[in-house]
Amino acid sequence: MYNAGKIIVGILIFLVLVSVPFWYNRGKAAAPPKLEVGTTEKQCVESTPYMKASHMKLLDQWRDDVVRNGKRIYISSTGKQYEMSLQNTCVKCHAKKTQFCDRCHDYVEVSPVCWDCHIAPKENSGPKE
Amino acid sequence: MLEKALTGNKGYLLWIAFLLIVVGTGFSSYLKQLSTGLGITGMSRDVSWGLYIGQFTFLVGVAASAVMLVLPYYLHNYKVFGKITILGEFLAVASVTMCLSFIIADLGQPARAFNVLLYATPQSVLFWDMVVLNGYLFLNIVIGWTVLGAESRGAPPPSWVKPLIYLSIPWAISIHTVTAFLYAGLPGRGFWLTAIMAPRFLGSAFASGPALLILFCMFLRKFTKFDAGWTAIQSLAKIVAYAMVISVFFFLCEIFTVYYSQIPEHIYHFTYLLSGLHGHSALTPWMWACMIMGITATVLMIIPATRNSEQVLPIGCALVFFSLWIEKGISLVLVGFIPSPLETLTEYVPTLREISITLGVWGLGFLILTILYKVAITVRLTEGPQTVEH
Amino acid sequence: MDSTRRHFLKIAGLSVLGLGARPLIDAIADVGQPKVEPNPNALVGKRWAMIVDQKKCLKAKEGCKDCVLACHRVHNVPDMPNPKQAVKWIWQAPFEEVFPEVGNVYMAEYMKDSLKGLPLMLLCNHCDNPPCVRVCPTKATFRRDDGIVMMDFHRCIGCRYCMAACPFGARSLNWLDPRPFIKTELNMEFPTRTRGVVEKCNFCDERLAKGLIPACVEACKDKALVFGDVLDPNSEVRALLRQHPSTRRKQHLGTQPQVYYIL
Repeated sequence: MYNAGKIIVGILIFLVLVSVPFWYNRGKAAAPPKLEVGTTEKQCVESTPYMKASHMKLLDQWRDDVVRNGKRIYISSTGKQYEMSLQNTCVKCHAKKTQFCDRCHDYVEVSPVCWDCHIAPKENSGPKE
Repeated sequence: MLEKALTGNKGYLLWIAFLLIVVGTGFSSYLKQLSTGLGITGMSRDVSWGLYIGQFTFLVGVAASAVMLVLPYYLHNYKVFGKITILGEFLAVASVTMCLSFIIADLGQPARAFNVLLYATPQSVLFWDMVVLNGYLFLNIVIGWTVLGAESRGAPPPSWVKPLIYLSIPWAISIHTVTAFLYAGLPGRGFWLTAIMAPRFLGSAFASGPALLILFCMFLRKFTKFDAGWTAIQSLAKIVAYAMVISVFFFLCEIFTVYYSQIPEHIYHFTYLLSGLHGHSALTPWMWACMIMGITATVLMIIPATRNSEQVLPIGCALVFFSLWIEKGISLVLVGFIPSPLETLTEYVPTLREISITLGVWGLGFLILTILYKVAITVRLTEGPQTVEH
Repeated sequence: MDSTRRHFLKIAGLSVLGLGARPLIDAIADVGQPKVEPNPNALVGKRWAMIVDQKKCLKAKEGCKDCVLACHRVHNVPDMPNPKQAVKWIWQAPFEEVFPEVGNVYMAEYMKDSLKGLPLMLLCNHCDNPPCVRVCPTKATFRRDDGIVMMDFHRCIGCRYCMAACPFGARSLNWLDPRPFIKTELNMEFPTRTRGVVEKCNFCDERLAKGLIPACVEACKDKALVFGDVLDPNSEVRALLRQHPSTRRKQHLGTQPQVYYIL
């Protein structure tokens, strides 16, 4: 191998750098976030497992139904009717964004851009920067 | 082959370093624009397209000039251009990259640019502009790199390149035509609503592009061992001459239609451009400079003595390039918006950050061009000045 | 590799099966599509239109901007400090700007004093043949079946082709983040927009969906703005169009604007 010394040293440095997340955080387990749901309602628009997995999909569907198709009432699988609105329906129950939405989003490093436009409830006034 | 761009003499490396600084400065200004918004530019509610779209409009023309080399060489066996088609193709790559960069820089929400593909709208000319620009970029990268790669191995290029080369000829025409159609189909903008918008684009493209190519060839002749040949340069110069005559003629056609019909919706734009309107005349000196440079350039390119002179030809080409840069890159887009559809007058002055971003994109284009040209002429000079066998 | 026809057919058949697997799984796994409906209280029309009755809008000269303030408050429209970057959904302009090709130098002689110098209201005309919809590369602006030219703020990429295409200057880009400039109290039921997105009057479609008339129409104390279904022969807008000669802006461009002016 040409330049064997430099290459092997380079590979070792690379391996060290690429495994930094593992050995830097050894011994510390980052706990999954505890969410304050913000309401005493037992049932969200859909079931909790569905919302956990697919709330973004539901919101996208709502977005297109309201803005593009002019339909605003959602009849969920439980038969209940809801107005399809992040700002008016979802936050009616989940009123404390920092204790509910942000906890998981921050944990998984996700920054949904919804709040650039949709007004977050008053407890956390101001745009999310 | 790219490794050939990594070495060079001191002048070359200094030039690359300078371009990197220009690009870096422009990029940092762009980051500011991303975080603050397009409000840091001089654009306004009335003049909603400015320097970015103007530069894109001009560069689309420069990009299509590759066809002026490819068409005579591949369709009509004009062997004189054999040495420099690669220069035309690489100029197209650099220009189209600049076009696309200017478009991205101009978007209010660039993160959503993919929506143009996700929600394809064939009725929108902008959709087709995206298609033809990206297609042309792809064509020229593949053609240029494959042909050059074959040369560097001393072999003829693979047979599948030929149909791509033939495709690039009408495709080059299409990039102007579609870009012109962006403007020519809008009902409310009298300055742009002309059937000869696409022909005008073609005329100025075939003047400005080859003029730039001549300047590059003469530069390479002087500072490197790559000689395109005076015959090739003269052929290009004749093309520039004819294209300039046609461009001037088209402009005069516009002037006649507007001033003879005296329709206010059309005439106000020209009045603003040529003599100012209601006291506003920021673009008038630019337009007169453009016209004086354009006429001078046309004369210099038509007269054989000046066209044939090694001292005057570069001056003529520079005048062609700058005159058309003002006409397409500055006046065309801005004056479409001045006066507004409500016949109010809002002028446009680019801000420093806007100019910085613009220069950054130009720097990026020149960087790509320098690297590609370095590879091309290194291959040519080391493997011998072969022309592509076909 | 064994490249016989038989081998190819085997691979092709497996591929087709593979392609069909996903739709099949989706169909089986489908729990039953939730349904969506329009609001039962919504106002329904076949072709919404608006009438600007200049004869009634007399207080504009005294500075009355009730319609503008109502619209901009309901929709969280910012008040930008730089007039070049203004965001306007409905606004006022002098007659020469609203109808530049109409009007002559003798108008002042026959106009009533109360009408001289009276500004007119301008808004998106919600054209039947809208050039802005034609040019939008993402269909972020689109024409609904009931005639409203809508903006999908989520999809807009901020290319501003629609702003170039609109012959009426009805559209505004958010050149900066609008939130610091919203001078009115935030309407918590309607979102703001963000920088880089184009906006314009939407005929208050969110209010129509709840059975309310547009905010500007409601706010005008002199009833100078009338909104209704122009295809309904019994509507107020049709009645007004029957009674008075009306005009529209730049009719010769063929965009079929649906804001009619009674001058």
